[in-house]
Amino acid sequence: MREIDVSRITDAIARMCISANLNLPKDVQEALLSARKNEDGTVAQEILDRIIENYRLAGKEQVPICQDTGMACVFLEVGQEVHLTGGSLYEAVHEGVRRGYVGGYLRKSVEVDPVRRGNTNDNTPAMITTDIVPGDRVRITVAPKGFGSENMSALKMLKPSQGLSGIKDFILETVENAGSNPCPPIIVGVGIGGNFDHAALLAKKALLRPADSHHADPFYASLEDELLQEINELGIGPQGFGGRTTALAVNIETLPTHIAGMPCAVNISCHVTRHETEVF
Amino acid sequence: MERRIALPMTTEIADSLSIGDQVLLSGTVYTARDAAHERMCDQLAEGIPLPFDPKDAVIYYVGPSPAKPGQVIGSAGPTTSGRMDRWAPQMIALGARFMIGKGKRSPEVIEAIRKYHGIYFGAIGGAGALLSKHIVKSELIAYEDLGPEAIRKLTVKDFPVTVLIDCAGNDLYRLGRENYLAMRKQE
Repeated sequence: MREIDVSRITDAIARMCISANLNLPKDVQEALLSARKNEDGTVAQEILDRIIENYRLAGKEQVPICQDTGMACVFLEVGQEVHLTGGSLYEAVHEGVRRGYVGGYLRKSVEVDPVRRGNTNDNTPAMITTDIVPGDRVRITVAPKGFGSENMSALKMLKPSQGLSGIKDFILETVENAGSNPCPPIIVGVGIGGNFDHAALLAKKALLRPADSHHADPFYASLEDELLQEINELGIGPQGFGGRTTALAVNIETLPTHIAGMPCAVNISCHVTRHETEVF
Repeated sequence: MERRIALPMTTEIADSLSIGDQVLLSGTVYTARDAAHERMCDQLAEGIPLPFDPKDAVIYYVGPSPAKPGQVIGSAGPTTSGRMDRWAPQMIALGARFMIGKGKRSPEVIEAIRKYHGIYFGAIGGAGALLSKHIVKSELIAYEDLGPEAIRKLTVKDFPVTVLIDCAGNDLYRLGRENYLAMRKQE
């Protein structure tokens, strides 16, 4: 059985928290550059130029792209043949987040209690999702997620009779309602199926997929394209000032579901959609 | 064409601005987010004055990231303004009638802007690295315990903003989109 000391995971998470917040992923960079080429609104073109200038500056000077350096969403795919040693895995993850956010001059945006508030001062706890998978590797993804866009996300327990049009209407309605708040151009993560909680998780995981990727099933791949086109006909535009580029991508993930339901979750992410992955 | 404006802003200048105008602000602005607004308004109810003079003040809705050694401030782009709508009409009535943020405002805020000749400016959300370059001084003046939500007095230089809601109550989010869609239709 392959052994991995959890201190290596702490180090990797600290590194990834910092790097993800300073360096915009290549796929999002390319999506922004291509959106700029296709944008026909004059104000919108200027806004996209500034957004592009901003991520370039952040990368060059190694400062956060956005001041909202997010909650640290950490996705762990742990091979079932791995033996983790040296302490608690989750404590190692939290420690990595703590070191990354404190040592990397990232903003501490996490409150101890949702109602009574009070900053934890080190951005912990991380929001951890674990999957046990075949093999002897550990794959770690860190995705800092800001709340301007998180706040505009929504979930609806649709009825099977509402069909595809019910899904499309709900997604478009959520983007319309979000308007300028989530810092468009946005990336739209959609989870369809499963149950209440798994639909939300699917939507979040959809945001980890590259902006130029598609669902493996051609039916959903074409739905992604169709929705992207319809969203970009809404006219909201970059920052909501009007324009073609409201979204850079629509990523859909699906799961089987119950005979009585068709859950649909929409997790909206801003133009600073961040994620980094390392494999041990 | 960008217009340079020195703060504090006069009513005359405020009245001359229209939605969509691009402005470069220079002077003093104060940072405040939800927690600071709530505390300021709670303290006002107890008779404790605001930590800054609200007359003609500009409030920037921002919680910056920490400054690295040698930096004035970390990244510092706007947060979603709508969360401050609950307190904004009171702040505007007290004189703090200029705001910098992003996102839609409530009808009550728009009405207060109209009534008191305020302006709601938008800075580019998610462009915190770029915007921080226009902040030349940062001083923590109140509520240090709130961390990133503490109130800071910032000196800005040529800070780029767009007029989102003007003194007449016009809203760029509505009109900008309508104009774009009308342009598309004509093609």
